[in-house]
Amino acid sequence: MSTIDTTCLLTDRYALADSFTYAVAEKAGAYATARKVLTGMQPDAIKAEVKAANIRGRGGAGFPAGVKWGFLPPPDPNKPVYLVINADEGEPGTFKDRTIMEKDPHRLLEGCIIAMRAIGAHTTYIYVRGELVTSIKRLEQGIRDLRAKGVLGKRPFGIDHAMDIHVHPGGGAYICGEETSLLNSLEGYRGEPRLKPPFPAVSGAFGMPTIVNNVETIASVPDILKLGGAAWSALSRLPNDGGTRLYGVSGHVKNPHVFEGPVGLTLREMIDLCGGMLDASRPLKGVIPGGSSTPVLRPDDLVHAPDAAHPLHAWHGKSHLDVPMGVDTMRNLGTMLGTCCAIVMDSSVNMVEAARNLMRFYHHESCGQCTPCREGTGWLAEICDRIADGHATEADVELLVDVSNNMMGNTICALADGTAMPMLAFVRKFRGEFLAAAREGGVKNGRLDQAVVPLLGGRAA
Amino acid sequence: MPFQLTPERDKHADELFTRYPTKRAVCIPLLHLCQEQNGWVSDDVIEYVATRLGLSTAQVKGVVTFYTMFHQRPVAPNVVWVCRTLSCEIRGGKTIQEHLEKRLGCHAGETSADGKFSLRKAECLAGCGQAPMLQLNDELYENLTLAEVDRIIDAVAAKTPTQAAPAASHAAAAKE
Ligand SMILES: Cc1cc2nc3c(=O)[nH]c(=O)nc-3n(C[C@H](O)[C@H](O)[C@H](O)COP(=O)(O)O)c2cc1C
Ligand code: SF4
Ligand code: FES
Repeated sequence: MSTIDTTCLLTDRYALADSFTYAVAEKAGAYATARKVLTGMQPDAIKAEVKAANIRGRGGAGFPAGVKWGFLPPPDPNKPVYLVINADEGEPGTFKDRTIMEKDPHRLLEGCIIAMRAIGAHTTYIYVRGELVTSIKRLEQGIRDLRAKGVLGKRPFGIDHAMDIHVHPGGGAYICGEETSLLNSLEGYRGEPRLKPPFPAVSGAFGMPTIVNNVETIASVPDILKLGGAAWSALSRLPNDGGTRLYGVSGHVKNPHVFEGPVGLTLREMIDLCGGMLDASRPLKGVIPGGSSTPVLRPDDLVHAPDAAHPLHAWHGKSHLDVPMGVDTMRNLGTMLGTCCAIVMDSSVNMVEAARNLMRFYHHESCGQCTPCREGTGWLAEICDRIADGHATEADVELLVDVSNNMMGNTICALADGTAMPMLAFVRKFRGEFLAAAREGGVKNGRLDQAVVPLLGGRAA
Repeated sequence: MPFQLTPERDKHADELFTRYPTKRAVCIPLLHLCQEQNGWVSDDVIEYVATRLGLSTAQVKGVVTFYTMFHQRPVAPNVVWVCRTLSCEIRGGKTIQEHLEKRLGCHAGETSADGKFSLRKAECLAGCGQAPMLQLNDELYENLTLAEVDRIIDAVAAKTPTQAAPAASHAAAAKE
């Protein structure tokens, strides 16, 4: 087990009994920072701290939050600014935002209050996945408590800046996590993504300037202001990607869970922190680093960066799993940091079946507006079916590559790329397995859960 | 009889309209409120929501059909969603579903022989680290074993009044 400083900021109240209640959170420090900031700092100074914090958006794209906040147009009394929290957590493998909403909703609400002050917003909508009933209930109770205390209302902490927060339940659609789809859904429409530009900062919710941020991004804001942006940033192991963050690990490890650590832990450290592999007799085969839209990595692939100017030169010759997890490092490795929630797969997993599982997901979730995405996700799912079920030829494996290549770069939103890129990685890194299935009449034992059946109490049926 | 919200829910609906600058934004929260009462989104519900929001029924239907949480056909009083996406699948999602199919006597997309449960396949429900998992009504049940599944189903079945035989249309609901 590695010795890692799992600095506990964002999660420091998680373990308290009834941590989700106002009384417990407040006693443990909630709203002390909001009070100090609202009564003692001007909006520009708050924004400067968030910028200095180098916080990269935690929703998947990794855009610097401080920079995003700077895109808002100058204040206009006819154009209210909205803060919208993306709590639609639905990226397969991702289960971190839910822990904030269930265990410490007041950290998110405090972040909303500070952020509203910074960006000049009076209203926040928290768009929560409709299925997450406990998250919704706890946030709503928290909001009622804040209204009763006057923390939300006409004069939060006595300052002249009215504030309110509303929880908006989604209807169940993965695509609504995409920020412009989310805005359409918030406005009562089908959750179809909008063409950008205009970007939400200019024309977002109800046509007004809007900042959309992920739950974890905004829940980090109180700590940023408490420590100061530069100090918070320095908690990270990497440059230009500050602070601590939530890490999640699911799949074949002993103790899958969400934990906090400095930005820049490696996948190997993450697996160690989860007790190592589930069963020592089944070695690690592949890791999806940050949600299902991020291309899979293999432990035996080594970084090739002999050139001293290469951003990954420091890790030349090391396994992909030994590169620190950051927005830029993962991009340089040909994958993405995404949501920083990894799916660990051991040798029991057939990668054709793993790919098929995800392609079915994307086919189901494509909103259908763009032909390359609608048709492409359908073809990928169907070709994976054919290969896995033994109705394919080796040429179908190349067809997966062709279809994927044709999906990228010309669609309204990033769902198409987020389907094609992982598909390409599955084929490139596990080509032998795809070819074998195509050649040999399909996947021999396609069950993805064969290794864990004994843990469940025997096989049913 | 046209659909109507109970007085208590009606008050809640009134409050929803104060939250947004447009009426239309109330659409999804209002649909949830109606489904909570009615069990599913019937044509009467669509008519009601359309009237209340000043939209056409086609506009409301367009919204309803986009989202998986809105049932477009009657469902049993309890709906079980088994997560079958990758993190759950490699930790036993299929085994859990097979066990439920045997236990309930129906396939995913259908209603149990006793009419008490509808079984559905779900996509990632943000419980990946606690796989395998399922959602039953408003609760997420995680770190499942087969014994745990039995315990959960027994407890909910005991609380559910005996149902009339499932309507024939349920079998046709197999396609989601
Ligand atoms: C298909 C798709 C699904 C997404 N799902 C989510 C999600 O569930 N939660 C989230 O915060 N961001 C999601 N995003 C990213 C958002 O579009 C957006 O980048 C994010 O909410 C911005 O917040 P951040 O800058 O704080 O990360 C998704 C993007 C795409 C393309
Ligand atoms: S890329 Fe896919 S999901 Fe995104 S807007 Fe186009 S069709 Fe819809
Ligand atoms: S894959 Fe089942 S909850 Fe995420």
